[in-house]
Amino acid sequence: MSESDVTRDGIRGARPDRDALVGKGMGNGERRGRKGGKGRKGDQSMVPRAEFTSYYGRPVLNPPTWSARDVAGYLFLGGLAGAGSVLAAGAELTGRPVMARALKVSSVAALAGSTAALIHDLGRPERFVNMLRVFKPTSPMSVGSWLLMVYGPMAGAAAASDVARRLPRAGRAATVGAGLLGPAVASYTAVLAANTAIPAWHDGYREMPFVFIGSAATAASGMALLVSPVAENAPARGVAVLGTALENAAVKAMERRVGVVAETYREGRAGRLMRAAEALSAAGALGGALLGRRSRTAAALSGAALLAASVCTRFGVFHAGIRSAEDPKYTVLPQRERLDAQRQRPDAQRDRPQDG
Amino acid sequence: MTDTSRRSSLIGRNLLAGAEPDVAGDAGHDGHPPRVGFFTDTSVCIGCKACEVACKEWNAIPEDGLDFTGMSFDNTQGLDASSWRHVAFIEQSKPLGRAEAAVDHSDVDVLALAARGSGTPVAEAAITPTSPASSPSADGQTGLRWLMASDVCKHCTHAACLDVCPTGSLFRTEFGTVVVQDDICNGCGYCVAACPYGVIDVRPQDGGAHKCTLCYDRLGAGQEPACAKACPTDSIQFGPLDELRERAAARVEELHRVGVADARLYGHDPEDGVGGDGAFFLLLDEPEVYGLPPDPVVTTRDLPSMWRHAGAAALTLLGGVAAVFAAHGGMSGRRTGRWGR
Repeated sequence: MSESDVTRDGIRGARPDRDALVGKGMGNGERRGRKGGKGRKGDQSMVPRAEFTSYYGRPVLNPPTWSARDVAGYLFLGGLAGAGSVLAAGAELTGRPVMARALKVSSVAALAGSTAALIHDLGRPERFVNMLRVFKPTSPMSVGSWLLMVYGPMAGAAAASDVARRLPRAGRAATVGAGLLGPAVASYTAVLAANTAIPAWHDGYREMPFVFIGSAATAASGMALLVSPVAENAPARGVAVLGTALENAAVKAMERRVGVVAETYREGRAGRLMRAAEALSAAGALGGALLGRRSRTAAALSGAALLAASVCTRFGVFHAGIRSAEDPKYTVLPQRERLDAQRQRPDAQRDRPQDG
Repeated sequence: MTDTSRRSSLIGRNLLAGAEPDVAGDAGHDGHPPRVGFFTDTSVCIGCKACEVACKEWNAIPEDGLDFTGMSFDNTQGLDASSWRHVAFIEQSKPLGRAEAAVDHSDVDVLALAARGSGTPVAEAAITPTSPASSPSADGQTGLRWLMASDVCKHCTHAACLDVCPTGSLFRTEFGTVVVQDDICNGCGYCVAACPYGVIDVRPQDGGAHKCTLCYDRLGAGQEPACAKACPTDSIQFGPLDELRERAAARVEELHRVGVADARLYGHDPEDGVGGDGAFFLLLDEPEVYGLPPDPVVTTRDLPSMWRHAGAAALTLLGGVAAVFAAHGGMSGRRTGRWGR
């Protein structure tokens, strides 16, 4: 019999017992103290381990219907296109024509690929155009569709003008325009992922844009190192270091933020991909910085490593999200901890932490 | 309230989270009927699945797998595009309130009871879910309790599926419910990832997202939803949300009074993470036991902050790349040969 006293304000006393073993997740959830967790004054060590139960181990959430190739591929290509446009504008304005042209072309190709992936992932691809029925700031997918509608023609015009060597002034204007919109294209996808109920994506919403921006910069600098002559690649080497540092720092910060959900970024397929991304980006950035100015081959290899790192990050984030949706532990445990922390406070106000 | 005063009253209000008393009005419906919903009282659910069947029949939902799961009597497994009601079955070795499963019924004449028909007054019933028992059986047997609960779309006050839908396919009806317009949905699946309850899903056969409509067609004709109509024990109650909340509060008080200390409401509180559910529940254990999230929060509550962080990240990229290029300077002598070699 339960020892607890269930009142309308919550449970007083001991929690009801859990002698019925429902679900395989029962009792194996470890409680991890979150360091410096916002508004969590409750002493975590008072509760030795989290009780966590589920309905026959079934997920609470419906896992996303998105395919890894299409959506993670879209995240990578979108980042490559967006950050590539920024680098292309920089290269053009500082007189690095080979790098500028190559990045403009790669941005258009990446954009075409990412749009194709996005459409292919729809359940009803023939209705893609319905994305443009409305403009909804609450839907990052709607915002992104409109953003691509503006950015796409600009990036296209920039590349076309450069390749065809026509209308240089309009081409430069398009290059600068695409360069200004590029960061938005590269960062909105973080909101796209974070604005879901998927714990690994939503809970890290503060850091996710920096992970994605870092990964986009890594990819674009990799492309630049791959295609630029040694004489022009100095900024690409700098951006590679910047992107790698930003991405890895943001990933670490995000893992600290999400508590127990960080397991999904550290274990399994996502864990392998995230570790590969870390190693590849470090190797690429370091190789580019040390050898990229002397050897064209070393620069190209570094560039390839940086591109691969960005692919690994995107697929790693994607798979961490899927895993966190498929295992009820990552839905139930953080929410249960949140409720318990509220109840432990003397005046159990329902003040959930807003953003900081 | 006039049109203009309502519209101006929206300014400065946060419509992404928190209590929202006039959800249909805020969605632009003037002179709308009261908000309706479900109160699912699981303490009287008998697990007959009539709701599942009635829902499938009325809404012409296709078959979606004939599995044998071994999860008690639950072979439906959960809500998805082709299961809009789902009865959960939980077996626990724990008595329900002061009731005792091991009570001796050998002196009960079941034929006489049957002859009396189904209208047995509660006071005369041999056993009810809340029957007090004198004492535990001699051998200390506590018996088994079987929890059954019919789950459904919560028709949240702040519906993440609706917020994130990029096509406007999902919309708020004049009844305050949330419905998918199938002829607009392009199957992007964003609603699936956004739903904190795991309700909506994409149907593989037609590529579109589907979920409970709270029988929008029946509501329009003045009928109650098919599941509520079919429920033989009134475990599923349909009505104006305000009235249902009062009824639910009275019911949970009654259960506490007769010793069912585990009874609690779920999704009834307009101050909760989704602004209160249009379909809420009386549960006899923690929500997660039934496969429900203990403290769901609409993801768009944090959206303004997400956009701010994304903006900061975008500026970081722009500024960072600009700084790198500035540090390396222009390539002298190349400026004029813009098209390069």
